[in-house]
Amino acid sequence: MSEEIKFKIDGKDIIAKNGQTIVEAARDNGVFIPTLCNFKGVKPKGSCRICSVKVNNRFMTSCTTPAAPGMEVYSDTKEISDLRKSIIELLFVSGNHFCPSCEKSGNCELQALAYKYQMMVPRFPYSFKKHGVISTGPKLLKEQDRCILCQRCMKTIKDEDGKRYYAFKDRGNKLEVVMDEEMSKTIPDELAKQAMENCPVGSIIYKEIGFAEPIGTRKYDKKSIGSEIETN
Amino acid sequence: MKEKIESILDKYNNDPSRLMDILLDIMENSGYVDEFSISVIAENLKLSVAQVKETISFYHFFSEKPMAKFNIYLNNSITSVIRGFKEVKETLEAEAGINFGSITEDGLIGLFETSCIGMNDQGPAAIINNKVFTNLTPYRVRKLIADIKEGKTIDELVYENHGDGNNSHPIMNSMVYNHIRKKSILLDDNYVKFDVIANDLKNISPQDVIQSIEDSNLRGRGGAGFPTGLKWKFGSRMPGKHRVIICNADEGEPGTFKDRVMLTQYSDLVFEGMVLAAYATKADIGVLYLRFEYKYMLDYLNSVLDEMRKNNYLGTNISGIEGFNFDIRIQLGAGAYVCGEESALIESMEGKRGEPRDKPPFPVEKGYLEYPTIVNNVETLASAVKIVKNGAKWYNSFGTKDSLGTKLLSVSGDCRFPGIYEVEWGTSIREVLEMAGANNVQAVQVGGPSGTLVNVKDIDNLSKTELMKWYKPSGMMTAQTAFDRKLSYSDLPTGGSIIIFNKDRDILREVVMNFMDFFIEESCGSCSTCRNLPRIMKEKLEKIISGHGVRDDIDDLLNWGKIIKLSRCGLGQTAANPILSSILNFRHLYEEHVKAMTDYDNQFDLSKSVSPANSFVGRKFIHNHS
Repeated sequence: MSEEIKFKIDGKDIIAKNGQTIVEAARDNGVFIPTLCNFKGVKPKGSCRICSVKVNNRFMTSCTTPAAPGMEVYSDTKEISDLRKSIIELLFVSGNHFCPSCEKSGNCELQALAYKYQMMVPRFPYSFKKHGVISTGPKLLKEQDRCILCQRCMKTIKDEDGKRYYAFKDRGNKLEVVMDEEMSKTIPDELAKQAMENCPVGSIIYKEIGFAEPIGTRKYDKKSIGSEIETN
Repeated sequence: MKEKIESILDKYNNDPSRLMDILLDIMENSGYVDEFSISVIAENLKLSVAQVKETISFYHFFSEKPMAKFNIYLNNSITSVIRGFKEVKETLEAEAGINFGSITEDGLIGLFETSCIGMNDQGPAAIINNKVFTNLTPYRVRKLIADIKEGKTIDELVYENHGDGNNSHPIMNSMVYNHIRKKSILLDDNYVKFDVIANDLKNISPQDVIQSIEDSNLRGRGGAGFPTGLKWKFGSRMPGKHRVIICNADEGEPGTFKDRVMLTQYSDLVFEGMVLAAYATKADIGVLYLRFEYKYMLDYLNSVLDEMRKNNYLGTNISGIEGFNFDIRIQLGAGAYVCGEESALIESMEGKRGEPRDKPPFPVEKGYLEYPTIVNNVETLASAVKIVKNGAKWYNSFGTKDSLGTKLLSVSGDCRFPGIYEVEWGTSIREVLEMAGANNVQAVQVGGPSGTLVNVKDIDNLSKTELMKWYKPSGMMTAQTAFDRKLSYSDLPTGGSIIIFNKDRDILREVVMNFMDFFIEESCGSCSTCRNLPRIMKEKLEKIISGHGVRDDIDDLLNWGKIIKLSRCGLGQTAANPILSSILNFRHLYEEHVKAMTDYDNQFDLSKSVSPANSFVGRKFIHNHS
């Protein structure tokens, strides 16, 4: 079962390990496909849809679709780029993302992707959400209007019994990610910091220390997102 | 209190995958799931409290707050709207003295809206404490509320005879009517109960059953139309400790109620279909996923299953066939349209939120508890029995070349005879309208809100002014041919929902808006696209209807409709269809609303914007347009 899989992304030959998803194989072969909800080491759940690619003329999420021999994947096309841009815009207008005042600016993947896809003015009207900030426990804040509901915190921040600190609440456009009240009181410091780090945007904020690293010197301030992957 | 909850948890072996049943039992027992129960559940199932609430808050019929003694869930689907929903709602509010979405102070009455409950042919209808009340009018709800206030019990509230057929079965006791208007090969009366299980299975191999279904070209009757034989074949070949047959009775597409009638009147045929599917695919676990709205049938259906067990049509060595072991349990849903999607249904059966799964893997590979799982619609399973009984060739003599056999239609809306019609595939819209006694028709919604809004303007009888409106290259074509469009997989595929609208209906304001509200309410919210776009598109439609729209707004809607196709499941991908389909087939309605000469309208309304300030200081706004 360990033989290699050969397929193509935008005409480029890709060699994948058996069992790899399209996005993993792409990464190993120097092709950047944007992701937001996908997170290394946990089972993907294609919910942000930004990694959508076209296979056999059908849209598939590349984070959930296993690479298959001979597959012809289209990713960096005009159509798909615009769809990705529209998803970024959707995420912007469905929350309140004011980058200049956000603790995560420069380390925010949504912001970095907006630059990458050259978002100017979103095509959709803003919804100006007012869920506000939830202060759960001594360590963390949850800024609900910045949450893009990617589920990374739900999937990665668990206690030793596998209980989740974060969970969904409600459904549809009322959907929120909330923190378990009891568990939030005793979250270990390391895990709390991890929660903030795993959040692709500025929704989960570790209390007390802010802007330790000045804006302007952060991860995506220096290099655009994906540049660490792209070979050319 | 704690013992009661723990006894419920014990009943389900403290198994987190049975969380739905645990919550349903607690709802049944105490009317809501309180904080204490949640903490006991969380502790025993080794989940966080937030995780338990995650499931509770997903389903419409679960509550974390105390409910009323009588909870009235009034259906708000479009078929209800055109039969007097508004008046009934207003009367309920006036009589109960509260608004919808709340409970009276004494805790006696609660009023809530709910999506389609499968009573479109006898609406407006409401579910009150699991019982269905049909054909509501202001007069009738006044009496209902008066009776409730007088202290009558739920059974005493029913003041009319029971419905036809098994609706009046002593275990069912329901006032619902079947309204079967046309029978054909599936619904005909020469069905001998369990004959296939009792007599035929021992003479036919599982492979031959699958071959027969493949030869019949039977396709999934829930709407998607996947070849049933192929699904069974895949499922039968997948390795697994267990194999699962699920009958999907979560019909939630507004305007469809055929599964309700099948389960009321033909449950033997449906269950026999499940046993047949189990035999063919060597499955041992059977589940009927019944939508919560049909809970009034639960005891009756369980009595049918008990009867089957007595006759060895379920259990071990079924009908004397060595090693054929299979049983069926009924899993209740709790109010979520999206659970009709097969992988969401499986998630729900595992005690989770009904969020569709990513595919691959498909349920036939990894389904319920990771076992190979075959999910079939109620009608599909019933059809399979008839096919095995009479042969694939027989079945192929009905329908059209690309769509064989018959289809159950749930016909509702503006017509004299709403109800169930079994028609051959290939039947035209014109024929359906004639059967149903529909006159003065403006439009037909085929396949529910996620389907197509067909414009049935008869081009030959249009006045000149009206013809001019249609003088758009695409519009003309649609109008001319729509009347004779055929129900088939190649032209108008459908799960069976047919809603008829006459010329008095306001397509955009009433129909399209209602459908968009439905999709906004029923989205699981998992995908960024389906969670956000329907709301944004609905607001754009509101802008157009309010007279602030410009041409570009129509183009925006069409373009945004492409983005939503990136969603994971069928609900998401089709959630913009009410708008897209009405632009395609009723573009003139949009054109009438938009300002043709204006390029830009920011929708800013000065008088509206300053009205709070004006009313605060008691100043009248002087409108000056010049």
